[in-house]
Amino acid sequence: MTRVWTLLVGLSAIAFAAPAAAQSAHDGHAPAKPAADAGCTPEHAAMGHCILEGEGTTTSAHGEQMPAPAEGDAGCTPEHAAMGHCRLKDDPAPTAHGDHTPAPVASDPDCAPEHAAMGHCTPKAAAPAVGAVGTDLPAGDAPAPAPPSDWYADRIFPKAEMEHARHAMMVESGGLLIGYTSFDLEYQSRKGHDGYSWNGEVWYGGDINRLTIKNEGEGAFGEGLEGTETQLLYSRAIGPYFNAQAGVRQDFGPGADRTYATIGFEGLAPYWFEVEGALFLSDKGDLLGRFEAEYDQRITQKLVLQPAAEVSFALQDVPESGIGSGVSDVELGLRLRYEIVKEFAPYVGVAWSRKLGDTARFARTAGEGVESTSLVIGVRTWF
Amino acid sequence: MAGLAAWFPAWAQPVSTGIVASLPTVSGNDITLRIARQTMRVDGKVSRAIGINGTVPAPLVRLKEGQTAKLTVVNDLDEDSSIHWHGLILPFQMDGVPGVSFPGIKPRSTFVYEFPVVQSGTYWYHSHSGLQEQIGHYGPIVIDPAGADPVAHDREHVIVLSDHSRISPEEIFRKLKVNPGHFNMQRQTLGGLLAGKDQPLKDRVEWGAMRMDPTDVADVNGSTYTFLVNGYGPRDNWTALFTPGERVRLRIINASAMSIFNVRIPGLRMTVVQSDGLNVVPVEIDEFQIGVAETYDVIVTPTDDRAYTFVAEVNDRSGMARATLAPRAGMAAEVPPLRKRPLATMTDMGMGAMAGGAAGDAACTPEHAAMGHCTPAADAGAADHSAHGAAAGGAMNHSMRDFSVAPQVKRDPSVQSISPMPINRMGEPGQGLEDVGHKVLTYHDLKSLDRNPDVRAPERSLDIHLTGNMERFMWSFDGVKMSDHHEPIPFLEGERVRVNLINDSMMVHPIHLHGHFFELVTGKGDHSPRKHTVIVQPGGIATFDFTADALGDWAFHCHLLYHMHAGMMRVVSVRPRGDAA
Repeated sequence: MTRVWTLLVGLSAIAFAAPAAAQSAHDGHAPAKPAADAGCTPEHAAMGHCILEGEGTTTSAHGEQMPAPAEGDAGCTPEHAAMGHCRLKDDPAPTAHGDHTPAPVASDPDCAPEHAAMGHCTPKAAAPAVGAVGTDLPAGDAPAPAPPSDWYADRIFPKAEMEHARHAMMVESGGLLIGYTSFDLEYQSRKGHDGYSWNGEVWYGGDINRLTIKNEGEGAFGEGLEGTETQLLYSRAIGPYFNAQAGVRQDFGPGADRTYATIGFEGLAPYWFEVEGALFLSDKGDLLGRFEAEYDQRITQKLVLQPAAEVSFALQDVPESGIGSGVSDVELGLRLRYEIVKEFAPYVGVAWSRKLGDTARFARTAGEGVESTSLVIGVRTWF
Repeated sequence: MAGLAAWFPAWAQPVSTGIVASLPTVSGNDITLRIARQTMRVDGKVSRAIGINGTVPAPLVRLKEGQTAKLTVVNDLDEDSSIHWHGLILPFQMDGVPGVSFPGIKPRSTFVYEFPVVQSGTYWYHSHSGLQEQIGHYGPIVIDPAGADPVAHDREHVIVLSDHSRISPEEIFRKLKVNPGHFNMQRQTLGGLLAGKDQPLKDRVEWGAMRMDPTDVADVNGSTYTFLVNGYGPRDNWTALFTPGERVRLRIINASAMSIFNVRIPGLRMTVVQSDGLNVVPVEIDEFQIGVAETYDVIVTPTDDRAYTFVAEVNDRSGMARATLAPRAGMAAEVPPLRKRPLATMTDMGMGAMAGGAAGDAACTPEHAAMGHCTPAADAGAADHSAHGAAAGGAMNHSMRDFSVAPQVKRDPSVQSISPMPINRMGEPGQGLEDVGHKVLTYHDLKSLDRNPDVRAPERSLDIHLTGNMERFMWSFDGVKMSDHHEPIPFLEGERVRVNLINDSMMVHPIHLHGHFFELVTGKGDHSPRKHTVIVQPGGIATFDFTADALGDWAFHCHLLYHMHAGMMRVVSVRPRGDAA
């Protein structure tokens, strides 16, 4: 138990580390005019669309490299000519394409670029193979320029309009908030009065910060509600798989209505176990805790067997609530659900629960059972 | 044909005997495009869409190299819209990305795009606003060359591949966020284990320990998508006609939001003549993978008087787009069944070097061997093997999230893993295509027909990590989402830079740089293939060189729509030298 506490306390520290949200302000430095020859990039020049300043001759375009296909030279299509398979009638010299396929010159055969990239070796870049050209050449180590502090489009369009559009674009690219609602309802058939329970959750927020509301309750037909528990939580992603959560919990029901401060976590553990744990400190100073784990074993794409376990514990006796110190309750369940769609899955299963230690003693004293086995039927929904 | 229908899986049962319809085309010096809500009919079912001039896909924009394009775009929607001309070299303010190149097109207003057409080839256009692209706001562009076309053909067909769902794109995105793997209906199951399918138990346990699902190949797939050819579903059976013996040019564009296709035409070999609009040395293949936003032009020469099925199978094999090539309307050929879905491997998790080590020869990576550049020394001796065994053993100590491997990556919940030992995978055909029994195109097969315009060595190199968290559906570059990172990636005008895209995720990412072509670094020297979009295979590296010759701010992003929407994007800024901030 101590270990669990340590974990929770540790999590809380991480959870509340303030997010360092640094966002640079762009104050629009003096814009410089685009270079005069922007209309004639080397690329365009190469395509023969324009002539770069200072370049005397026109780099000839497709015409020279690929002569117009001669009508009727069906036996030698330009493509094949290009592949060096044949020679076009009016193409005296099969330039480039076909027969001058230079064997790719790796600058260092012992150190392939991908290995170098992994840091496994350093290519002998100083001596590129003779004749290496283009992408076969190694990259230099010139420094990267500093990021600009203004936006180019602001030079052309009204800055206010651009600011608005830029903000929208950035929000649309990773900054949207979304919501989620789930609700499970279960009927429990057991000795004595049959029971029911529900479990709902709503959250809203972004990838990191969310507002979460959890509500659960149970009761027995003919005896009424045994109790409900509602938590209002701030949830924060603290790693790729886990969220830390903190907030308040309010219980209502026939027993003592208590308010708790709560701190906990939920997430995905190795081997695909969904786990959740929380500590609750009541307004009377009582400390309770709970840990849950479940696992989805897919039998087919739609049929899922889910074992689940829940352990509750307390630091001290809370007689008004019938809770004794130490491990107070254990619940095990095995539910088989059929996902008609992923958002709607009816299930059947069996649930077993047992009160332990002082909790069991309190129950016996009150004339209640300490162990219960139920056949359950329910439905899992979310949207 | 009724007899043939028995061959078809349910989703390919014909609702029509084939629709022969050419794409509506607009051309000339003054083109008007009107963006509006409409409905579309896919396999007999009507759904909501956004189209242009009343059609989905939007009309074919046919331009001529050397002309000045004037495109008046009217936004009849109740929301902002935009058109981005994908792959076109133009002034940045005409590029059509709201918030980067211009303010966008407000509802019920008009924007006039005007730019010189300086290239030829097959391209496309689409909305860069919200998720409009998913519901139909995309269309093809063909630019005829000013001179003679080096690619001789008797007939051409434009084939626009896309994905279509009856669920709204906003809802698709939300499902991905709240329920990891929501659309995956091909998971490994206990039933499969008992039947001896998929991974053995030991592997399942190991992958489970890493919280990695090897069936996670496509985030959104055939469980919700119908895959379209020119707006038609597999049962509509869009049909392209040919006369036997003709050289037929297929201009294939992947205008999907999320779907990477493996394209083949059983019974016909294809000769790839163009990639991303630029001519390549023809290469004959049986199948190729086309990432979202890529284009390939292929030549086929069907000689028999029979129908052929054009198959674009999505990379997780959960469905296919299907069309027919036939001499006459009303013909159909057998539709091949979907092949077995691939499972991600250790290489897909960025442990390629270890996998390579197991192959036995670090100096001869599988892709180099495949190119015939070297022969793996696997059988050279046990000593070699044991040495590599030790290396692999050491590598096992690499954690799946060791930030020391990639110091530039932010330690963030959006980073689920960091590829410990990624390898360059540009010589690989793509997931599930390693052993299909015929020739599949790889980037190493591509060679530019024209000499590259800039053959200088790169002045510097830049690593960009493609990061993500499949459990939270967070996607980012270097662990930082676009929404959290307002600063552009800077380049100087004329600067030549080598960019290493390192995929730290187990998903494939087609990465698109606006306003530029880049040269893939695949050992082709001054004839490197030039592209605007490059697939980075899972856990792998793709490298390109490019010349920052287009002044302005440009978008740079993963072209999987929901990855971009989740944050996998940056602004790239090309500034004149001396204009530094």
